[in-house]
Amino acid sequence: MLQTREWSPEQIEEKKIYQEMGLSDQEYDMIKNILKRRPNFTETGIFSVMWSEHCSYKTSKPLLKKFPTKAPNVLQGPGEGAGIIDIGDNQAVVFKVESHNHPSAVEPYQGAATGVGGIIRDIFSMGARPIASMNSLRFGNLNTERTKYLFTEVVNGIAGYGNCVGVPTVGGEVQFDDSYEENPLVNAMCVGLINHEDMQKGVAKGIGNTILYAGPPTGRDGIHGATFASDDLGEDSAKDRPSVQVGDPFMEKLIIEACLEVIHSDALVGMQDMGAAGLTSSASEMASKAGTGMEMNLDLVPQRELDMTAYEMMLSESQERMLLCVKRGREQGIIDVFEKYGLNAVPVGEVIEEKVFRIKHHGEVVADIPVDPLADDAPVYHMPSAEAKYFQDFQKMENTISEVDDHTEMLKTLLQQPTIASKEWVYDQYDSMVQTNTVVTPGSDAAVIRIKGHDKALAITTDCNSRYIYLDPETGGKIAVAEAARNIVCSGAKPLGLTDGLNFGNPSNPEIFWQMEKSVEGMTAACNALETPVISGNVSLYNQSKGKSIFPTPVVGMVGLHESLEHITPSFFQNAGDIVYVIGEAEAEFGGSELQNVTLGKYEGKAPAIDLNIEAKRQNQLLTAIQSGLVESAHDLSEGGLAVALAEGAFGEKGLGAEVDLSGNRTVELFSETQSRFVVTINPENREDFEKYVEDAKAIGKVTGNSKLQVRVNGEETVNEDVSELEKLWRGAIPCLLKSKA
Amino acid sequence: MKFAVIVFPGSNCDRDMYHAVKEVMGEEAELVWYENSNLENYDAILLPGGFSYGDYLRGGAVAATSDVMKQVREHAQKGKPVLGVCNGFQVLTESGLLPGALMRNKNLSFMCHQEYLVVENNETLFTTDYEKEELVRFPIAHGEGNYFCDEETLKKLKENNQIVFTYENNPNGSVADIAGIINKEGNVLGMMPHPERAVEAIMGSYDGVKLFKAMIKNWRQTYVTNA
Repeated sequence: MLQTREWSPEQIEEKKIYQEMGLSDQEYDMIKNILKRRPNFTETGIFSVMWSEHCSYKTSKPLLKKFPTKAPNVLQGPGEGAGIIDIGDNQAVVFKVESHNHPSAVEPYQGAATGVGGIIRDIFSMGARPIASMNSLRFGNLNTERTKYLFTEVVNGIAGYGNCVGVPTVGGEVQFDDSYEENPLVNAMCVGLINHEDMQKGVAKGIGNTILYAGPPTGRDGIHGATFASDDLGEDSAKDRPSVQVGDPFMEKLIIEACLEVIHSDALVGMQDMGAAGLTSSASEMASKAGTGMEMNLDLVPQRELDMTAYEMMLSESQERMLLCVKRGREQGIIDVFEKYGLNAVPVGEVIEEKVFRIKHHGEVVADIPVDPLADDAPVYHMPSAEAKYFQDFQKMENTISEVDDHTEMLKTLLQQPTIASKEWVYDQYDSMVQTNTVVTPGSDAAVIRIKGHDKALAITTDCNSRYIYLDPETGGKIAVAEAARNIVCSGAKPLGLTDGLNFGNPSNPEIFWQMEKSVEGMTAACNALETPVISGNVSLYNQSKGKSIFPTPVVGMVGLHESLEHITPSFFQNAGDIVYVIGEAEAEFGGSELQNVTLGKYEGKAPAIDLNIEAKRQNQLLTAIQSGLVESAHDLSEGGLAVALAEGAFGEKGLGAEVDLSGNRTVELFSETQSRFVVTINPENREDFEKYVEDAKAIGKVTGNSKLQVRVNGEETVNEDVSELEKLWRGAIPCLLKSKA
Repeated sequence: MKFAVIVFPGSNCDRDMYHAVKEVMGEEAELVWYENSNLENYDAILLPGGFSYGDYLRGGAVAATSDVMKQVREHAQKGKPVLGVCNGFQVLTESGLLPGALMRNKNLSFMCHQEYLVVENNETLFTTDYEKEELVRFPIAHGEGNYFCDEETLKKLKENNQIVFTYENNPNGSVADIAGIINKEGNVLGMMPHPERAVEAIMGSYDGVKLFKAMIKNWRQTYVTNA
């Protein structure tokens, strides 16, 4: 348990109390140097949260610098609440992903709910209306009661919060693997829409201006949440449940509407949400970004519990709170807006010239810290990196082809793997349609949100195949970005940029740091090749428990732009008689594949190779064909390979099927996970034009109206099954796993 | 025709409802904040979906006690149209403008997808543009949409032809597959499915257009042609 007793500065040093708050001896000495004295208890707490990995990125900073973050259309890169990209017509799209892994491991409903709430606040604090949410989830296999509980409650939490605030949850991804059993991942992404003139920054500018605290009162919840999130999960992590905050989506909805009303007032100078490290981080960052200082009187902070100490108030992570900087003398206009929604908005401090963060409580100065060293000068660590032993072994392995006796049976088995199976059980619980902009609902490669009043739309996806990244972090990193872009392109949109949610184990392990380093390098290469800058992101480390680390999971959240609503392309087959094309050849690549998981029960060997030039070429050519109106449906090949993609293409109410002829090794042709491949259907009359645009496309058969999936390889019938039978298995798999007794 | 879309704290389909009647149907419409409002100058009241007051206590229970609902009741008593969708339906049952109650869905989960509805009564001012027993496709999005009433009430609903929409495949456990009911006087309709989410082809269904069209047409015939 963290000490609630307030130790004296001397005791903090002698008893090394700072270590309990997550600070090292060296960091404590740095703090003494900055203050030129020993920090008191409150100051030690403030430094510990601001210098936690969660707030300072102290170990990941050197890696994050590698990402390309600039492009002519990037209006705001990393560093603010969220990144912003121009989409023409004086509009811009705002987005970011954030993790809530540790809280979700100990208190899944609230952990996931507050993750959604936090990322939504990041978006509207930029002045944008949140228009869509997505998530990326990882759990252990659904064979223990605990995993089922975590999965069910995380989904409930996302639904409970997201549905109430009125932001559609339009999709995401869920994958299952033993490595996440103790440490599930909950990454939430939010996308907002903004007019250029409404863009806000979290700055406290203008000496003498007033700092307003808006939202519900501060309680003792979530104290040291950021520190908790920056440590390994241990057997005793359940005791950290008090570090998990409790969300109130109704409050958030009111705050959204109030904040989106006050952005139109010229009295507002800046605003920022109180996320990780609450009042401490929002206040010190707003001052630091503006090159000013701030003085705050904690007696004025609304409190919902008695006798809260300065330490508790500064470290509380009570939810749905915002900090605003408002022109002096103009406070009442802003306060009135909040009052309309029944919300508190009270002056708690002012911007000062001296660049210090000064906190008063009961008439005494309880913290007096130079702003910049606190907010910006957290130590940066260059951790040692070592190529993982397992990787060296995997690289020596030859690509092998698993024995498959009955390919129809194997297809059925693959369709029932939870990672491939329909996620309808999940997304049916999300309001995916509120705001009436959702053109493509969950279950497709990318969700599509139209923009009212304009002939354009946004495509949104989250992706990360962590199995490939585990096998080969650099190649896997490239694939993660490429796959996200593939999904965007298949929907008919041009990729604009991405937000990264980097989830890894403990970086002090050189092999884990190597995973981070290599996957960031791979992602960077793909970002450059596909011209998708990284505009925001989040880092979650220490995702390990009982010494076992999660698979490296750098989640990619990508947004693309449909330049016309006519470009919106479904991922399912549309008409009987259309020609089925596959773009790209299959190779014997099964490392990290679903087939390997099913036949071997583990992942090993080499990840599938990827050539970024070929990837970029095929994406560009396919997008041009789609924009030219030549494509009826497009779907990328991912887990389970061509056979799964063909089956998924035929699912739906239309009663369609496919008849396909392939040549080569049957298992490779059907189940290989070779990269940069697509299944595309086109109207026969567009055949010539399509083949002119897309070099590597090969006609393999046609869409049929008989609701059967028939695949011949080398002229021999290899798969022959009713689509409805396949669809039943695919749809039923997750509900069935949840019902079965462990 | 001038619509008022009532906005409670926590309403979240208010702007969707506004978009449907204003942008898609091309009528006059205003978002009306629940406090200090005057509904006298509006021809129809729309109670939108969402989570008014966070659905604390029960869906619609707190909003039903607000001052603006007194005005909605007066408006209804004058015979003017009131449409409550989703949370708006819950507000109508909680305030006694419609009988019955909406309970947690049978499977205890929120659900959101398209559902087919059967138009049971096409003689209301909201449904004259539908055929009787026409199959229409509207999205549902609710956690508490399981309509319940006692047998006596159900008997009356049937006798008075107050059941307007039923589900073809009952998703939530509602009594008699009820998706939407109207008051005895025929001017207050409450329904869980969202017609305002089904007004453009790009949204997957435009079956909701006929509902708003009928409202507008019937209002014109009553209040404009005969004026």
